[in-house]
Amino acid sequence: MSRTQKIREFIESHLVISNNEKVLKDDDNIFELGFVDSLFALQLVSFIEKEFEIELENNDLDLKNFSSINSIVSFLENKLGR
Amino acid sequence: MSGDTGDKKEIKCVVWDLDGTLWEGILLESNEVKLKPGIRQIIQTLDSRGILHSIASKSDYDDALAKIKEFKLEAFFLYPEISWNAKSTSIKRIQENLNIGLDTIMFIDDQPFERDEVQHEHPEVFCLDASQYRNLPDHPRLNPRFITEDSKKRRHLYLADMKRKKIEQEYEGPKQDFLMSLDMTLIISQAKEEDLKRAEELTVRTNQLNTTGVTYDFDELKRFLSSDDYRLFICELRDKYGSHGKIGLALVEITDKFWQLKLFLMSCRVLTYGVGTVFLSYILNEAKKAGMIVRSDFRDTGRNRMMYITFKFANFREIQSQTKGEILLENNLTKIQEFPPYIHVIIQ
Repeated sequence: MSRTQKIREFIESHLVISNNEKVLKDDDNIFELGFVDSLFALQLVSFIEKEFEIELENNDLDLKNFSSINSIVSFLENKLGR
Repeated sequence: MSGDTGDKKEIKCVVWDLDGTLWEGILLESNEVKLKPGIRQIIQTLDSRGILHSIASKSDYDDALAKIKEFKLEAFFLYPEISWNAKSTSIKRIQENLNIGLDTIMFIDDQPFERDEVQHEHPEVFCLDASQYRNLPDHPRLNPRFITEDSKKRRHLYLADMKRKKIEQEYEGPKQDFLMSLDMTLIISQAKEEDLKRAEELTVRTNQLNTTGVTYDFDELKRFLSSDDYRLFICELRDKYGSHGKIGLALVEITDKFWQLKLFLMSCRVLTYGVGTVFLSYILNEAKKAGMIVRSDFRDTGRNRMMYITFKFANFREIQSQTKGEILLENNLTKIQEFPPYIHVIIQ
């Protein structure tokens, strides 16, 4: 499974999306789409760390790195390479 | 005010072995085991102080639980671990289920081997020889400074949580529907004098979801109430199963330009409901209405990364970082998460 798919699957199963019918697009801003609560933030960070075997530094924990599926993927490309 | 984490923490949960510890004899050898003299009284005394109890025993689960029920003690033990696993594993599971620190757990066993095994795996756990059990009520780490309404009913709050978790596990369907079904209400208010004991207790007990780990005592908190330069917010969570009690606290210092969060914490018990972000959003909105921006003190205590993540995902950014893990965060209030549809927010 590609990184994009893995991340999409995670977000779809963990984020409470305001509109249930909505299909998540790769460049949708997840902070506008649903309610990003403290629990989702933790789950997302620990999912990324485990799934891609990296440790996120304080500097990495920047909203813009996590705002959409695409931004998470390009952040990971920067960290890990393609 | 104290930021020292070197102090021995108050014990939140006492984990009991059964054979030779809670009762005399070995259950698998004889069904006629007897509770050690005075043990029921001790359990009730600690319970009334808000200290929880659990079990780590190597025995047969059904037999042991039947015996506990016969002694009418089953309601006192949360997430009992009765199996043939290593006790260090049992304690880890209890710790995860209760979501408390290992350094707030006391383990009591008559077998030196079991105590050593636990101590070796979890140096933070306080291990005690069962022969010492009569001294428990006088133990300094089992005597909290305050006993509040929240501490007296703590066990019942956890029992209700166990019920919620069970229902959540059995719930099939989208998470949103489950959260909706809980009918949650978050009640936010400015703290009053009668809240201050609980507020102090929260600063002492809360480690993971805590921005600075700084503790404030009753008198310090009381001074904040009468000062125009500070605001102290407290919040309570209720749902259809009852109240979770007062579970969040925020201390704001008001300056010319900023609302400076000196402390923001949420009880770990409500972590799974994500209400921290709701409480934070409320404060950000209030600051915005007052035409301010928000800054927050933050201190890396080695245990509060969860809170750092919560703040960063709420659009705080680091503007200053010092040695010793002290960080200054700022939020320009351009993006504030709205309240989610599944929580009703009441401002008092």
